[in-house]
This record gives sequence, C-alpha cells and structure tokens, in this order.
Amino acid sequence: MSFFEFLKPKKDKKSPESDQDRGILVFEHTSEVIRAESVLKESGWEIRVMGPPPEIQSGCDLVIEFPLIEELKIIRILKEAGVVPREIVPVNSPLLKPVNLFHIKDFGRHLMVRAANMKLTIDKDTKIIVNISGGGCPDVPYLAREMVGRSLEDAPRPREIGHTLCGYALELAFEEINRQCLQ
Amino acid sequence: MLAVVGTIPEQKFPLIAGKVTLNGNRICIKGEKVDVNRGTPALLAAAVKTGEMLGQSELFGYLVGDIGLGDGSRRLYEYLSRNLEHLNFSAITFHYLQPDVDWHNRVLFAVEKMAKRPVLIADAGFMYAAKMSGQSQEYDLFTSDIGELAFLADETAPHPFYTRGFILHEENRVPDLITRAYEHNNASLSLLVKGEKDYLANRQGIQATVNGYMENAMEAIGGTGDTLTGIASALAGAGMDISKAAIIAAKANRLAGYYARPTPATQVIEIIRHIPGALEEILQEKK
Repeated sequence: MSFFEFLKPKKDKKSPESDQDRGILVFEHTSEVIRAESVLKESGWEIRVMGPPPEIQSGCDLVIEFPLIEELKIIRILKEAGVVPREIVPVNSPLLKPVNLFHIKDFGRHLMVRAANMKLTIDKDTKIIVNISGGGCPDVPYLAREMVGRSLEDAPRPREIGHTLCGYALELAFEEINRQCLQ
Repeated sequence: MLAVVGTIPEQKFPLIAGKVTLNGNRICIKGEKVDVNRGTPALLAAAVKTGEMLGQSELFGYLVGDIGLGDGSRRLYEYLSRNLEHLNFSAITFHYLQPDVDWHNRVLFAVEKMAKRPVLIADAGFMYAAKMSGQSQEYDLFTSDIGELAFLADETAPHPFYTRGFILHEENRVPDLITRAYEHNNASLSLLVKGEKDYLANRQGIQATVNGYMENAMEAIGGTGDTLTGIASALAGAGMDISKAAIIAAKANRLAGYYARPTPATQVIEIIRHIPGALEEILQEKK
C-alpha cells in the first residue's frame, strides 16, 4: 500500500445509499442470502438486505443490494466463501425495506418480542425460550422445535438454521430480545 | 370430507396423502407418526378433535417434510396440481407451505377443474402466496393474526416481513386494516382475525366480534392460530356455513385456551386437549 493510499478516507467501500447505480444479488434460498450478508459484512461491505422488485418476486424473497460498480470484488469474495448468487440484476426503482419495528410485551415472568409476524417469548429469569409463535413459512415449526426449551445462549440462531423470511424475522426478534435482556 | 395440505418440520418426511388420526400427542398418517406441536400437526390435531365431536372423524391429509428450503413444498404443489382435479372434498385447508406465487396459481387452477368446488381456507404461507397472487377473493376464508392482517392491508408487501411501518403502526386499528385489505382485494370472502378480540369480516365490513375468555398469554403460545384454523376447517368440512364455522371456532378456541389456564410457556397440546369440552359447550349454547 502506498503512503498516499494510506491517507485516503477509509470509507472506500461504498454504501448502497451513496450510489446511483445499484444492483441486487439474487440467491436460491434466503439462508444463502443470510450467509452472503454475513460474509460481506465481515469483509467490511456496507450492503443492505432488502426485498426484491416486483418483477422478480416469488413470495419468500430476500436480496442483497450493493453498489453495482463493485460487482467484481463482491462476487470474488462470495465465490471464495462458496455462496454464489443465482443472478445479479441492476435496479433503478426503490426496493422494499424489511420491517424494523418491534413490539415488546411484558407478561411479568415472561417477555415477548415480535418482529413482523414472528414472536419469541422467554422466561426472564432463566433466559430460556418458552415459545415461538406466528409466521407461516415451513421453517417456523422447525425453528420452534430446535429453539424452544433452550436458553438464549445455547439455542441455535435462526440465521444459522432458518431458511425463509419468517426465519429472518425471528432472527431480528432474537437479536432484539437479547438487546432487551442486556438493558 | 376435509382435506388439509401442509408440511411437517422434518426434512426426510415423505410426501404422503392419506387419512389422518390422532393417537395421544401424535398424529398418524399411513404409518408415519408426528408429534403435535405447532404448525400443520397442531391444525390437524384440532381438526381431528373437532371431527370427533361432530361424529365425523374422516380427515384427509396431504403432507410433506419441509424445514424451509421449499423443496418439499414444491413437490407437494406439483402433486396437487396434477391430482386435485380428480378429487372430491367438501373443504380444503392450505397451511404451512413455502409461499410461491407460481405454484399457488397452478394449484388454484387445479381446484377450478374439480367437479365440485370445495370450500377453500388458507392460512400461513399459502395465505401469503394467495394474497401476493392477487387471487384472495377465490378463497372462502383466511385466518390471520393482527400482524398478518397488516400484511394483507399493505398492497405492496409480498410477505409480512415487508409490511410498511405506517401500516404496522395502525395495528390497534383493526377495522381500518380490514377495510384497507378489502379495498385492495387482498382479503378472502370472509376473514377471521385472531387477537385480543377476534373479528369476522367480509367486504361489507365487520360482521361479528368475539371477545370472551380473553387470555393474554395466548398470543405468545405457538400454534393457537393453527388450532383456530383447524376447528374452523373441520366445521366447514362438515358442511357448516363458513361464517358460522369461523365464529364457533373463535369461541371454542378461546374457551379451550381459558380452560388450559395458560401462561406464555404453555404448549399448544395442552390447549388442544380442551377443544372437545370447549366445543361442546359452545355448540350447546347455540342450540
């Protein structure tokens, strides 16, 4: 690295907000989107997980929005990580934003957090997950079976074993309830 | 006879079409046994209990294993699109399936070819696909919770995950959300909304509300929406008018919850055990 490069502003990796030309990475499964998101964020890219434009929506989709000009670098990182997008599409219209509102319900001994259509409830003393409700994608009963009865610390993360938007919403509820527990 | 279409949260569970029974805490279909927890097994268990109460124990299931990858759902969609037109059911309930608009449309097309059109009920993932397809009005009943109602009310959202904030903020204004869902043709002919108060609505507006036996903990318990759909489905499958079935189901589900003395840690099987008693009481009231 040259001295002058060292003096450059550190934010060389652009966020999609700042770019006119954006693209989306389309994957086969939501679980691949979640993996790609982790890989790219760990590499310092400020990408965003969004909803696809209507022309490529199939019903349970999540895409990664990225600055199109960085396509080659981003694809190389994803190939190295073994998570290759099915398609790369330029976009010009606004994309759907994932829900970012949480509803908190305190039952006394139990605390419930809802993100979109997913609800996660824990025992406040033991931090054990006592119930998961809501949702409509087929990984919800699977996630509930794997997580209910285990503590927040020991339970598998929805982002690790979930595959759908409901699984992603449960991950958001999981993160929020952890945040609530730290307060 | 009622048919229920849904998934089992086991990757290796085969695609099975067959009669469903309940044995203790497990549903049985063609020699396969599945624990009743939330999801389609909870719906089936509630439907079996309701059928027994009505003296109609025949219940047909179309089940497949799917843990969210969508592979099982697609096999089931494909099977239904090939076979439904030759079958005869009084009602079909579509439940936890991977939302997929294209496959949804093929299945609905097969339903339209059936000699006698069954009562169509949709919940969970299949309801999401039905709404996104723009064909909600082809269904006799959707059973949604408040979050899903907000999704139905948001004409741009392809999944509850994308429901816009300004609509989510209106969740305590259920009547407005119902109106909005119908304005954009995103609700079924009748719509049952589960919440602190249960609402039955149609295009003309709210037709009835059910607010007795309120148990706050029910919201946290996974599967209580599935049991509601299961009871309503079994009643409709037995020939009851869909509006009446929805109201009785709402009352019986709440009463079963009340009898279970639930906490947020209660599991849905404990509520299912009380369905026969609750249903008997509600049906007696009606006489």
